[in-house]
Amino acid sequence: MAVDKNMAILIVDDYKTMLRIVSNLLKQIGFSNVEEAIDGSTALSKLRERAYGLVISDWNMEPMTGLQLLKEVRADERLKTTPFIMVTAESKTENVVAAKAAGVNNYIVKPFNAETLKKKIVSVLGDF
Amino acid sequence: MVLAEPAREKKNGAEMAGVPGTAAAAGAAASRMNVRLETLRERRGDMVRLDEIAAMVEEIIESLEGDLGMGDVALHRELAALVGYINHARGEIAAISPAEISAHHIPVATDELDAVVQATETATATILDAAELASALADELDGPQADRLRAIVTSIYEASNFQDITGQRITKVVRTLRYIEAKVVTLVRAFGQDIEASPEALRLSAEVAADDRALLNGPQLPNKANSQDEIDALLASFD
Repeated sequence: MAVDKNMAILIVDDYKTMLRIVSNLLKQIGFSNVEEAIDGSTALSKLRERAYGLVISDWNMEPMTGLQLLKEVRADERLKTTPFIMVTAESKTENVVAAKAAGVNNYIVKPFNAETLKKKIVSVLGDF
Repeated sequence: MVLAEPAREKKNGAEMAGVPGTAAAAGAAASRMNVRLETLRERRGDMVRLDEIAAMVEEIIESLEGDLGMGDVALHRELAALVGYINHARGEIAAISPAEISAHHIPVATDELDAVVQATETATATILDAAELASALADELDGPQADRLRAIVTSIYEASNFQDITGQRITKVVRTLRYIEAKVVTLVRAFGQDIEASPEALRLSAEVAADDRALLNGPQLPNKANSQDEIDALLASFD
């Protein structure tokens, strides 16, 4: 299945700099329909407003964390198949295990480079 | 009190009629007290400063010719209060588990700060490398564009000063934390071993929330973190 480069991508991080970096990197690899949210609960209401083809989320945020967002997404009948990539500085094994158990599609550890981001998106969505 | 016991035991049966004798003794003490109070009133008048009251009370009690000297009673009371105070302080100090502060919290904090210094240093080096390349590029250009590029590079250099400043500030904080750590170690030694793992501290650590708070540790230190490759391998192990 070909990847639709016009699909909406939701990026979630409480650091504006990080949102800017991810947004720019996504533009460089051809995705320009990018929206931003600064925590899990804002992301969740955005997800319930319209369809997104991919969520790229940080973990450690207030008040709703990335893991809680992931669980909400997977528990929501309409959202549960949305591809979800965690991008976080939390690199402990138990974090990866917990994210996997909650249904994450891939896991990127910060700091990351453009190549890793692209590789993980390809592994989740297919080649583009 | 104890010294008074044998005297009372000697009296038994009909001799318990010695009660009037006791009343007579009490009457004598009371009249001695009245004399004493009268003397004090003559000497000091009706108005007495608060700090003189203790001395006056002491004088009165001395005149009662009790079994315990005033010094003994006062010393005993002071010591009991001191013991109570120390026990209270000890309990309060144990509740904040000082051993955990020196053995765990402060070392973790100083390691995190060291990692911050290291990370800003590495990042600044990368930024300066790029700025130098841009500067070299400016040298290959001519005219106003070369000047604009140089101005940009200059502001990058200026901004990169932050690393030196933040590095120094953080080093200062680390020194302060190490000082506190040393003081806490001394405190723990002074109060003894049983203060080290207080039930309160154990209870708190067992109370870790059921949600994902336990998983929110922030970035691991570079030598303890899983790499992207290790995380990839871990994820693949689930498939």
